[in-house]
Amino acid sequence: MTSSNWFRYSSPATFYPVAGRMIPWFGWSAAVLAAIGVWIGLAIAPTDFQQGDAYRIIFIHVASAWMSMFIYIVMAMWSALFLGFNTRLSAMMAQAMAPTGALMTFIALLTGSLWGKPTWGTYWAWDARMTSELILLFLYLGVIALRNAIDDPRRADRACAVLSLVGAINVPIIYFSVKWWNTLHQGSSVSLTAAPKMAMTMLTGMLIMALAAWFYAIAATLFRVRVIMLERERGAAWVGELQEVKSR
Amino acid sequence: MSEFFAMGGYGFYVWGSFGATALVVAVEMLSLRARRRRALEEARLATPDNLTAATQGVL
Repeated sequence: MTSSNWFRYSSPATFYPVAGRMIPWFGWSAAVLAAIGVWIGLAIAPTDFQQGDAYRIIFIHVASAWMSMFIYIVMAMWSALFLGFNTRLSAMMAQAMAPTGALMTFIALLTGSLWGKPTWGTYWAWDARMTSELILLFLYLGVIALRNAIDDPRRADRACAVLSLVGAINVPIIYFSVKWWNTLHQGSSVSLTAAPKMAMTMLTGMLIMALAAWFYAIAATLFRVRVIMLERERGAAWVGELQEVKSR
Repeated sequence: MSEFFAMGGYGFYVWGSFGATALVVAVEMLSLRARRRRALEEARLATPDNLTAATQGVL
């Protein structure tokens, strides 16, 4: 296999139809998994002996918090690829991920707040985990605002890529914040090296919700990157030849 | 059934979390569809045929 095979997919004209075929698969998988996950989370999983039913927020909170960090890392990787190879698709992928990343971060903060009130007695505390997650939201919003502030898309691509890469330092800070500082936020309940500190049904529901959030983020990103291609490449021959552009 | 909705007294927090998440996801999906419709409309206007027509004063 030669490297040209890989770079072939980095052209928007080639990637647009491929992404279009992938969206229904990821979208419907996300919907089915979310339905199963919510059912397990709200109806099947037993009530926690310490937190009562308040703990059920975990099924959304953990999935969205994981995705908020993961999307940022992938966005930073696309940004690095763009700066290294100057491929348009990389910049467009990074651009397409920021709003969904911001959405996941917002959900993580909101559900964390709604979970904090009944269990800690407060909606918000300036502790390391929460503050660094809030900074993550500002980084996503900053990348989006920076793009909107620069008229030339190519310059916006570069500026956003640099900002995304610099901001990536925040992700390990969020992840390790519960170890490095004495935080109100609890440590992780699930890790790759130790047995999970929760019941099997709870863990299953949480992992299903995490998978649903992952597939949803992929579907939303692919959908948005196609829109971005239409916006940025309108007037290009390949856009004019698309069935959805030709047919009225 | 009402016991299920009460969530052991934590109904506001639990349903608030699930409801708000469903709402913001729905908002993202609807705004994405609206943005795609706009982008397709503008792409149609920017096709070579339409551009030629526009310069000739047909549109």
